[in-house]
Amino acid sequence: MIEIHTLHKTFADREVLKGITASFPAGQTNLIIGQSGSGKTVLMKCIVGLLNPTEGEILYDGRDFVTMNKKERALLRREMGMIFQSAALFDSMSVLENVMFPLDMFSSMTLRERTKRAQQCLDRVNLIDAQSKFPDELSGGMQKRVAIARAIALNPKYLFCDEPNSGLDPKTSLVIDALIHDITVEYQMTTIMNTHDMNSVMGIGDSIIFIKEGRQEWTGDKSQVATADNQALTDFIFASDLLKKARQAFV
Amino acid sequence: MKALISPLNTFGRYLLLMGKVFSRPERFRMYWKQYIKEMGKLGIDSIGIVLMISFFIGAVICIQMKMNVSSPWMPRFSTGYTTREILLLEFSSSIMCLILAGKVGSNIASEIGTMRVTQQIDALEIMGVNSASFLILPKIAGLVTMIPVLVTFSMMAGFGGAYAICISGILTTEDLTYGLQHSFKAWFVWMGYIKSFFFAFIIASVSAFYGYTVEGGSVEVGKASTDSVVHCSMLILFADIFLTQILS
Repeated sequence: MIEIHTLHKTFADREVLKGITASFPAGQTNLIIGQSGSGKTVLMKCIVGLLNPTEGEILYDGRDFVTMNKKERALLRREMGMIFQSAALFDSMSVLENVMFPLDMFSSMTLRERTKRAQQCLDRVNLIDAQSKFPDELSGGMQKRVAIARAIALNPKYLFCDEPNSGLDPKTSLVIDALIHDITVEYQMTTIMNTHDMNSVMGIGDSIIFIKEGRQEWTGDKSQVATADNQALTDFIFASDLLKKARQAFV
Repeated sequence: MKALISPLNTFGRYLLLMGKVFSRPERFRMYWKQYIKEMGKLGIDSIGIVLMISFFIGAVICIQMKMNVSSPWMPRFSTGYTTREILLLEFSSSIMCLILAGKVGSNIASEIGTMRVTQQIDALEIMGVNSASFLILPKIAGLVTMIPVLVTFSMMAGFGGAYAICISGILTTEDLTYGLQHSFKAWFVWMGYIKSFFFAFIIASVSAFYGYTVEGGSVEVGKASTDSVVHCSMLILFADIFLTQILS
């Protein structure tokens, strides 16, 4: 479980995060949603340690990430996996080498064991046939699946996904969502996902935090979204006329 | 005041990055693999351009010396002698490194810069890898290891170019050989190697700094690549003055 307490982040004189408090339980997909510029990427970067918060606590199963020293952070990071918006695969490496990279770097397995583990992960995301290809030979959806395979190679306890469906068609997005959700449940990971995708919200939103202008505006889950009594959330989720009509019909 | 603070700020950030670069590798095997790869990419792949440029410059220096310096009062071997001194003392170390700053420096800056803007460096950091050390240290070590090889090839190709001029008949092979051997000081060769080690460090570390600190997109990567070449060239020229005075 990851907990954050009164998290603030200020850039020069601009406060981007204004005291966010939330908890993200293990074994379920925790979504952070909000408009562009609302602060969700900054929140994610603070949680994973790419940015240091100005104030507040980030607890990984009770361990405060903010006050950890460099060595402790490096050790904790080995328990993290991350899927980036752009997949962030290493261009110079094949698909198999990409997935093997964290194993090569941090595991004490033999070459045969590392290869076997990487192939297992690729098999899990149905990409075993693409193991010798290079990232630029893959489609966007396939790249995201390789990124998922790489992220789970070391059996992480915490999985972070920064808009994993960005740039994908709706059908492929559903495949990626299902994969992230299944893996989360299977490995009992604490998964936090930033998203704009309403299919993800309604499909895998086991726990949802809605952020507006750096403030936590609403928390709940996918079953509460349609009936939520929060105008900002309703305006964000049901932005189009079609969705507004669908909500009215549902309510 | 701002004009003074900005370079100091950049230098400070460069030193901080170098502090991160020269830290203990997480997994030596992976660094070794990268080191071998970088030696090939930065060193072996540069041999072609080094040979070609050195051959032609060696030939041109020889022609210039013969046409413009020779006179009845000058001994016939002076063309070979001056060609050798120019190649050993300046061309094969300093000028060759200026050329490499363009080829290798822009390659390093754009490669690391692209990794930065496509979040590949963030991915390394999230995994708990010291990205600065993993990406930059093998490049510095690889180029510093390969630079004596490149300098040696440059010297040989330069002399080869000078000998090629003998075919045209403006100079005899005997005169050139005598001039190349006349009052030879082995220290000049070592001086070239010593200077090139410093230049190789400047090329790899400064280019990597500009690539690593890129913020933005493709335009900024292009700018970082240009900045790295300009700053590497300036630093090589400054360092050349000091190193030449110290080593002469």
